[in-house]
Amino acid sequence: MANLTINGKAVTLDVEPDTPLLWAIRENAGLTGTKYGCGIAQCGACTVHLDGVAIRSCGVSVSEAEGKKVTTIEGLASGNSLHRVQEAWIAQDVPQCGYCQSGMIMAVAALLNEKPKPTDADIDEAITNICRCGTFQQVREAIHTIASA
Amino acid sequence: MNKHVSPKMNRRAFVIGSAALGTGLAVGLDVPFGGPAVVRAADGSPEIGAWVVVRPDDTVVIRVARSEMGQGSLTGLAQLVAEELECDWTKVTTEYPTPGQSVARKRVWGDFSTGGSRGIRSSQDYVRKGGATARMMLIQAAANEWKVPASECTAANSVITHSPSGKSTTYGKVAEAAAKLTPPADVKLKDPKDWRLVGKGVKRLDTPDKVTGTTVYGIDVKLPGMLNAAIKDCPVFGGKVKSFDEAKIAGMKGVQKVVKVGDTAVAVVADTWWHAKTALDALPIVWDEGDNAKVSSESIAKWLADGLDNEQPAYVGNRNGDVKAAIAGAAKKIEAVYNYPYQNHATMEPMNATALCTADKCEVWCGTQNGEAAFAAVLEASGLPAEKCDVHKVMPGGGFGRRGQTDYVRQAVAIAKQMPGTPIKLLWSREEDMAHGRYHPITQCKMTGAFDANNNLIALHYRLSGQSILFSLRPEALQNGMDPAAFQGVAQTGEAAFGYSVPNLLVEHAMRNPHVPPGFWRGVNVNHNAIYMECFMDELAHAAGQDPLEFRRKLMGNHPKHLAVLNAVAEKIGWDKPAPQGIHRGIAQVMGYGSYVAGAAEISVTDASKIKVHRIVASTDPGYIVNPAQVERQIAGSFVYGLSALFYGGCTVKDGRIEQTNFDTYNSMRINEMPKVESVMVPSGGFWGGVGEPTIGIAAPAVLNAYFAATGKRIRSVPLRDQNITFA
Repeated sequence: MANLTINGKAVTLDVEPDTPLLWAIRENAGLTGTKYGCGIAQCGACTVHLDGVAIRSCGVSVSEAEGKKVTTIEGLASGNSLHRVQEAWIAQDVPQCGYCQSGMIMAVAALLNEKPKPTDADIDEAITNICRCGTFQQVREAIHTIASA
Repeated sequence: MNKHVSPKMNRRAFVIGSAALGTGLAVGLDVPFGGPAVVRAADGSPEIGAWVVVRPDDTVVIRVARSEMGQGSLTGLAQLVAEELECDWTKVTTEYPTPGQSVARKRVWGDFSTGGSRGIRSSQDYVRKGGATARMMLIQAAANEWKVPASECTAANSVITHSPSGKSTTYGKVAEAAAKLTPPADVKLKDPKDWRLVGKGVKRLDTPDKVTGTTVYGIDVKLPGMLNAAIKDCPVFGGKVKSFDEAKIAGMKGVQKVVKVGDTAVAVVADTWWHAKTALDALPIVWDEGDNAKVSSESIAKWLADGLDNEQPAYVGNRNGDVKAAIAGAAKKIEAVYNYPYQNHATMEPMNATALCTADKCEVWCGTQNGEAAFAAVLEASGLPAEKCDVHKVMPGGGFGRRGQTDYVRQAVAIAKQMPGTPIKLLWSREEDMAHGRYHPITQCKMTGAFDANNNLIALHYRLSGQSILFSLRPEALQNGMDPAAFQGVAQTGEAAFGYSVPNLLVEHAMRNPHVPPGFWRGVNVNHNAIYMECFMDELAHAAGQDPLEFRRKLMGNHPKHLAVLNAVAEKIGWDKPAPQGIHRGIAQVMGYGSYVAGAAEISVTDASKIKVHRIVASTDPGYIVNPAQVERQIAGSFVYGLSALFYGGCTVKDGRIEQTNFDTYNSMRINEMPKVESVMVPSGGFWGGVGEPTIGIAAPAVLNAYFAATGKRIRSVPLRDQNITFA
C-alpha cells in the first residue's frame, strides 16, 4: 500500500513500496498520460513533478513519493484552462507522434517555474528528453514564445 | 475540438463494432427503395460516399485509411478531401475506418499501408475524388430541392448557393437527401492553382489531445477485465525456447499465467504489466540458441567484405558504358570502402498490442502503420475468417517503418488465444524492443572513381555488399533474385534515381543476408546509399582539386530537378561566400520517394573529435506541398533521426544477439545537440513525391563532408561513437 497525493487528490494504491512511481501512476491510479519509454531514467517520457520538481517517474519508487505532491500531465491544467505550456504547444503545433510530449511539457513547465525567461543555454541544460520524431526546433520556439509573452 | 475515433458502422451482412470500448454499436443500413443504400455512422449521420460523413450541425467527418504516426498525413489527407468538398475546415473531424470494415466493403478505402512516404502521394487522387464526389452530391441534393439545375449552384465553406434566386442552404441540411443520390460518374478535380486549403500550413487536427495526455496510444488501451503480458523472445534470432521453470515464479504477486508464444517466446500474464515484467525477469528460461549464436559483428563484416570482391557474383542495378575498361585506362583513380551498421527504429513507444479472442471472434487494438497487414496477421494468428476479426487502430508512439511489421500483433493474439474471453495487453520492455527490432540493413560499399588527364570523372564503380530487406520481408518483390530497392538513390530511373551523369557507370549489389532480421527503417536504403555516394562524390571532388558543389554541378546537367534543390541549398547557405571563422561546410543531395532533396551543414570541430552543428539548410522538391508547416517538421525531424543514427546509433551483434539494450547504449540526440534547420521548399509541381523519408539521406553526408572540410579526415564508418567522435 502507498499513500500518494496525485494532482491534488489523496489516493491509496495497492502496490509494493518498490514499485516505480511511473507504473503506480499508469496502472494503479489509471492516469496513462505519463508514458513509459525506457525504464532507466534516460528518455524522460515519464517526467512528472514531485513537489514541483521535474523527475523521471520510472526511477523513483512509490515509497520515495509518499508525503510529496505528484503532478502529472493530467493535473497540469487548472480546471478547463490549459497550462500556458500546453497552450503554447497547441499554438506552435509542437507534437508529432506526441508520445514523448507529456514528459516534454512537464519538463518545460518545471523549467519555466524556475526560470521564467530561459536562455538557449538554460533550455539546453534543463531539457534532456528524447524525442525520436525530432520536435526540438518547435519545442525551443514554443518555450521562447512563452517566455516573451 | 477534433475527436479522432473509429467509426462504428453496421451492415446487414457484416456487423462490427466494439461494445468493449464503450462507444456502442452502430445503427443500421437504410433499406434501399429504388436508390442506393445509405450507410450511416454511429450517430446516425449519413455517408456521402465512403470518405465523408455530414452531420446535421454541418460537422464533416473525413475518413482516413492511412495511419497517423506523427508525420501529419492525417491532417494532410483531410485537407485534400476538404479542398474538393469545399467544406468549412473549422468543422472538420476525422476517423479511421477499420480494416475489417474496409474488407467487408470490397476495400472501399483502398490501401491502408503507411510506409515508403506514400501516405499522401499514393492516395491523393482518390481521396480528392471522394471529396469532389460528395460535393457534387450535396449540390445536386440542394438543386433538386430548389428545382434548379445543379450547374447554377456553387458551394463554399459548407454553404450551397443558387445565385440566380439568392437561395442558400448548408451541407448539414441536404446531407440526408444527398446520401440517397447515385454518385456521379464523371468527377473533375480542381486545378492545383485553384487550391485554397491545400498548400496552407493549417494546424494539425490531432494536437489538442496530445498536450493533455488524453490521446490513447496502444500502451494506454484499457478494456474491462484486461490483463497485462510481458514477453521474452529468444535473444538469438532463429533460436527457440527449450524450457522454462514456471514453479520459480509461482505465487509472485499478480501473476495469472505463464504461456509459451510460438516456439520462440515466453510471456507472463499478470494483473499489471509491472507485475508481469517483474515475474518474467525472475523466470528461468533455457534457450535453444542454435547455430546463429556463433554470429558476431566481426563475422558479418568479414562476410560482407568478401562481397566487395569484384569476382563475387552481384546484381547489376545501374550500368552504362564500360567501367572496367575506363578504369583500366584512366589517368587517375581513387577507391574507398564505407560501411553502415544495423539501426533500431527505437520508437518512443515500445511495440504493443491488445487482443481479445473468443471461440468465434478476435479483435485487436494497436498502433500500426498498416491496418490491413495487422488485420491479416490477426486472421492468421487466430485462425478465424475475416468477418470474425477486426483491428482498431490507435495512435502509435512513433512508427519509422517498424510498425509496418506485425510480429507484435501475432504475439498478442497467440497469448490471448490461450486465455479466451480475457483481453490481453502485450507490451514489450524497451530491452525487448532493442533485442527484437527489424533493423536497418547492414552494408558495406566499395567505390572506385576514375579521371581522365583533365580531371573529368570518366568512370564510377559502386559495389554494394550486404543485406536485402525484400529478401527477408517481401521475397515476391525480388526480380530474379535481385532486390531492386537496394539501389534506392543510385537507380537508373524511377522514384529514387541517380542524379549524376557519368559516362561509364556500374552500380551493383552482392547480396549477403545475415540472420539479423532487416526492416524498413525511415529512409530505408536511401540512408546508406546517400552516405556512400555523397561522401565519395566529395572525395572525388577533392581528388580532382575542385569545389564539391561545382564538381557535382558539372555532372548534373541532365538532372535539372536534382540540381535545382542543390542550387537552392547552396544559395541559402551562401556557398559562394566563405564560411565564418572556424566554421566548415558540407553539402549533399539525393532523390528518394519521388522527391528531390539537398542539404548543407555548417559545423565546427574541436580536437578532431567534438562536433558542433551550427546550421543546417535543407531543400526539398516533392512536386506538390499539401501542408508546408508539416513538411518543415518532417525535414527538421529527419535531421534528428538521421544524425542520431550517425552519431549515436549502430546495433552490434555478439553471440548471435543484439548488444544494445536501451537508450543508454543506443542514444538519441537531445535538444542541445540540434541546431535550427532552415527549410527551403521548392515544389515544382506536376508530380507527387513523399516527404517523411527522403531528407534523412542527406543529413549524415552533409555533416560528414563538413567534417572533412574542417579536419582533412575522411570518416567512412558509422556510427561516430565508435571513433570517439561526438557532439561538442
